Amino acid sequence: MTDLALFGFGPAGWGAAMVRATAMTLAVTVTSMLIGAAGGAAVATAKLSGSRALRAAGDAYTTVLRGVPELLVIYLVYFGGSAVVTAVAAALGFEGFLGMPSFLAGSLACGLTSAAYQAEVYRGAALAVPRGQMEAARALGMGAGLRFRRILAPQILAVALPGLGNVWQLGLKESALISVTGLVELLRQSQIGAGSTHQPFSFYIAAGVLYLALTTGSTLLFGRAEWRLTRSTRRP
Amino acid sequence: MIDLAFMGDTAQALLKGLPLTLELFGVSALAGLVLAVLIAWMRSGGRVLRGLAGAYVFVFRGTPLLVQLFLVYYGLSQFPEVRHSFAWPFLRDPFWCAVLTLSLNTGAYTSEIIRGALAAVPAGQVEAARACGMPAALLFRRIIAPVALRQALPSYATELILMTKATSLASIVTLKETMFVAARINSETYRAIEVFLCAGAIYLALNVVLARAIALLEWWLSPHLRRPPDALPGLDTPLDRAVGLEGPRLSGAPRP
Repeated sequence: MTDLALFGFGPAGWGAAMVRATAMTLAVTVTSMLIGAAGGAAVATAKLSGSRALRAAGDAYTTVLRGVPELLVIYLVYFGGSAVVTAVAAALGFEGFLGMPSFLAGSLACGLTSAAYQAEVYRGAALAVPRGQMEAARALGMGAGLRFRRILAPQILAVALPGLGNVWQLGLKESALISVTGLVELLRQSQIGAGSTHQPFSFYIAAGVLYLALTTGSTLLFGRAEWRLTRSTRRP
Repeated sequence: MIDLAFMGDTAQALLKGLPLTLELFGVSALAGLVLAVLIAWMRSGGRVLRGLAGAYVFVFRGTPLLVQLFLVYYGLSQFPEVRHSFAWPFLRDPFWCAVLTLSLNTGAYTSEIIRGALAAVPAGQVEAARACGMPAALLFRRIIAPVALRQALPSYATELILMTKATSLASIVTLKETMFVAARINSETYRAIEVFLCAGAIYLALNVVLARAIALLEWWLSPHLRRPPDALPGLDTPLDRAVGLEGPRLSGAPRP
C-alpha cells in the first residue's frame, strides 16, 4: 500500500526530489506564461488593429493554436526546433544531432499556446475600456505611451485578471505534457519514481496532490489579487 | 523545402489513425455527458451527495489529464486486488483506460457547464410556470431545458474542442490514434515540421467542423434571436415589389 516514508526527506526518500520537481513545474509555467503574455499582447494588438491583414493574421493565430492539441505543439517545437538547431550547427561546421534544451522547448511551446488564450483575454479586456476615456486622454494631450500606462493598462489588467487566472490554471495543467521532452518536472519525476520503486499509484497520487495544491493555491492568490485590483470599482 | 509527395504519404498514414481518434472522442464525450448530468443532479441534492460531487469536480478539474491517465493506466496495476478483479481485462487495455479517464475528466468540466446553465434560468420563469400549475416534468421540458440548453451550448462547444485535443494524450499510453502515428513517422524520418504540420491540419479541420456544427445547432435552436427576414428566404426581391403592390411596404422596416 501507499507508504508515506517513501516521500520522506531522508537520503532514501523521494520528498526532496518531488519538491524540486514541483519548483520546476512552477518555473516552466511562469516562463511560458511570460512568453504568452508578450505574444498574447502582440496578437491582441494585431486583432484590434485597423489593418485587415494584421487582423486576419491574429485571427488565424488564435484559431490554429487553440484548435490543435498542445501535445502536438510541444512535439513540433521540440523536434522541429532540434532539426533547425542541427541544421544551423551543420552549416556552422558541427557534426551530428543537437537537441533543443527541453526547458526552452517546453516553455516556448506552452508559451505559444498560452499566447493564443491570453490574446483573447486581453482583446476582451481592451474592448471593455470605454472609448470616451481614450478620447479624453487624447484631448488632454497625453502621448500614446502615457495613455497606455495610465488609462489602458490598469483597466485591462483588472478586467483581464479572472481570464488570466484561467489561462494560468490551464498552463499549470498543460505543463505536465512537457514531461514528454524529458524535462524533470513534477510528472516526469513521478514517472522516474514509479519506475524505480514499482509503486506507480503512490507516485501519481502524490503528483496529483501536488498539482492540486498548486492549482488551489493559485486560485486563492488570483482571488486576492482580483480583490485588490478592483478596489476602485467595487461596491462598498 | 516542403516535400509535397512526403506530405501526401504522411497525411494518408495519419488518416488511418483518425477513426480511433474519433472513437475515443465519441465514446468518451457520450459517457462524459451522462456522467455530467448525474453529477449536476447530485450537486442539487442532499449534503452528502453535494459534497461527493463537489470533491470529484474539484479533484478532476485541479489535476492534469495526463496524471489522471497515468494513475488509471499504470497506477491501478500496483494493487494485486485490481489485477485479480473482474475489471482487469478492461483496466489492462489502454483503450478503456483512455476512455475511462477522458470521460471522468470531461464529466467534471461538463457538470460545471450544466450547473451554470441551470443557474442561469431566470427564477421568475420557473415561479410563473409553477404558479400556472405545471408539473415538474413539464416544467423541466418546457421552461428549464430550453433555456439551459441554449445557455450551455457555447461552453459545451469549447469543452468538446478541448476533448478532441485531449484524445491525443492516448498516444502516450500506446494507442495508435492520429498523434501516435505522427510521433512514429517523426521518429522514423526526423521530419518533425512536415509531419506535425500535417497532423495539426487534421486536428484543426476536425475542430473547425465541430465548431461549425455546434454553431449551426445554436442557430437552429434560437430562432427568437435571429433578425426577422426581410423577404422570403431565397428571394432577393422584396415581397411587395414581387407582387407589384403599391402603398405601404411589407418589408424593410424593422418590426417592433
